[in-house]
Amino acid sequence: MAAQRRQSETADRTHFGPFGGIFVPETLMAPLTEVAAAYEQAREDPDFQQEMQAYLRDYVGRPTPIYLCRRLTEHCRGAQIYLKREDLCHTGSHKLNNAIGQALLARRMDRKKLMAETGAGQHGVATATVAALFGMACDVYMGEEDIRRQALNVYRMQLLGANVIPVDSGSRTLKDAINEAFRVWMAAAETTYYLFGTAAGPHPYPTMVRNFQSVIGREAREQILAQTGRLPDYLVACVGGGSNAIGLFHPFLQDDVRMIGVEAAGRGLATGQHAASLAAGSEGVLHGARSKVLQTPEGQIRTTHSVAAGLDYPGVGPEHAYLQSAGRAEYVAATDAEALAALDALSRLEGIMPALESAHAVAYAMELARELPPETVVLVNLSGRGDKDIGEVQRVMAERDE
Amino acid sequence: MSRISARFEALAGAGQGALIVFLVAGHPTPDQCAELLRSVADAGADIVELGIPFSDPLADGAVIQAASQRALAEKVTPAQVLEMAAAFRAERDVPLVLMTCYNPIWRFGVEEFARQSAAAGVDGVIVTDLPPEDADDWIAAARGSGLDTIFLLAPTSPAARVKKVVAVATGFVYCVSRMGVTGARDELPPDLADLVGRIRAETAKPVAVGFGVSRPDHVAEVCRLADGAVVGSAVVSLIDREQSSAGLAQMVAGFVSELKEAARGLKAAGPGP
Repeated sequence: MAAQRRQSETADRTHFGPFGGIFVPETLMAPLTEVAAAYEQAREDPDFQQEMQAYLRDYVGRPTPIYLCRRLTEHCRGAQIYLKREDLCHTGSHKLNNAIGQALLARRMDRKKLMAETGAGQHGVATATVAALFGMACDVYMGEEDIRRQALNVYRMQLLGANVIPVDSGSRTLKDAINEAFRVWMAAAETTYYLFGTAAGPHPYPTMVRNFQSVIGREAREQILAQTGRLPDYLVACVGGGSNAIGLFHPFLQDDVRMIGVEAAGRGLATGQHAASLAAGSEGVLHGARSKVLQTPEGQIRTTHSVAAGLDYPGVGPEHAYLQSAGRAEYVAATDAEALAALDALSRLEGIMPALESAHAVAYAMELARELPPETVVLVNLSGRGDKDIGEVQRVMAERDE
Repeated sequence: MSRISARFEALAGAGQGALIVFLVAGHPTPDQCAELLRSVADAGADIVELGIPFSDPLADGAVIQAASQRALAEKVTPAQVLEMAAAFRAERDVPLVLMTCYNPIWRFGVEEFARQSAAAGVDGVIVTDLPPEDADDWIAAARGSGLDTIFLLAPTSPAARVKKVVAVATGFVYCVSRMGVTGARDELPPDLADLVGRIRAETAKPVAVGFGVSRPDHVAEVCRLADGAVVGSAVVSLIDREQSSAGLAQMVAGFVSELKEAARGLKAAGPGP
């Protein structure tokens, strides 16, 4: 183990403590290096930043509000529950924040085509949207199981002019779509920009996606200070790959605020049918980064289960693995049933139907609020809206009631 | 000198290219694979590469992905692959290289994997998703056990990376002929000579070319440019097609000897003994 520790001592900007890095075939090194260099330049360029801000304001609809859930708070008889309303972003989730940033980068790199992986379809829709906005071609890789679960988003992507390419390998979900997208990109990087959707994968994606999503936390911090005169006590966000969570958490890292990521416990952690890489996984290397993964004792990646396609992923962004190991953030898990109950509660009590992914955060926040005094403030990232899930929710609820 | 280096030196002396044959460990079944290992070696493979199957291989095309899934369905584990290696080594002297992704090695324990591989008679290891930047632990462990660390270079590797990679590569340098995943192709890429030339300019270590090298004429052409040719997907496809045939091992051996014939004798004979 001495040798395994040594690596963290040589950590640089490509790592988060011992996590992160670039674990990819040599054929991906040049494209990743090129994206990293272009991003570093763009980041320092005031014109790039200004253009991005303009799109975030005029096209995405930022800033999104924060909202005090009075009836939900009353219902839980505890802490005040605020929502950061990323569901109000154009296209219905936080995914567009990152897609706008990376599409501007792709344009700067003179790429005419975007490619993306998608699980729930929200990132695919966001990528198809920016491809339309900037007049680029777009291929979206999606597991066949997710295509079935998220038929509405598939059609949305097609209406936006994107090709949805079914992936039939492995578990036919997000992890396999990522594998396939990287394989295709190896041979296509000269013409095509890979617009990765979450704060995972090899450097520079975890850093770049986090930075594009940090607008969530920056706005929320200002808004909660303006409305309540204080910082929240807790931040709660769902974690699949972890982009909405890291986007909320990052601007609060130096503050005395507790951060809780909620993973998918699926049918229950004890059943093995879940997607809780941080709460129930172990260290490993998947999709280009060292992080926490769900794996067999022999290091094969496990298949996962969650009712929320966007959380159905056996890995997680390396910065979350780092925040967990450093004790700066905590990671818990909510089951399918808890998420469905939270979706039901938020819909009926506040008239807000959350995405199944975000419902996991709401579920844990409700449980947490019940145990806290009323002066406590819990801020939940409502990362997406639930319209895309109506069909799946109807199906699952009917199954449950049988 | 390692078994791999010795083999390249002997072949160079004889004016031959090295034929490197890749098999997926446990494919189509563990027993058939053990027999295939022996027959591939006996048919003239100069080095055998044995792939430890991984559930999510980023660099592999459809053929090797499917073979790996088959092997995983047969419950093939890294520990079993080491047993297969040891059994092979007990009977044959042909250099043996393991090829896999980093996660199974990481999970096994980097030092333990290196130690047990060396003890099983493995000569070198290729970790397809481990570039030198994140490989300090692995290199230290492999050196400590006397294993060759074979690294990959690609058409897009710039000069600075070529230098960095050849500096840590031992045994041979694995030149990926084209961008993209493994898989049989009809043609070799037109710029292959330039790529091999760029690597040769930085190192005297042997260079072997793989990815898309599928037929005897490809092997012949590669061996005119480089020190060895790696044939993977074409062999694995043949095994897929003929897996239920009683003559599987003979058929694969026949193909391997055609490939070896192509690697032999086409170079100008060296000054060897």
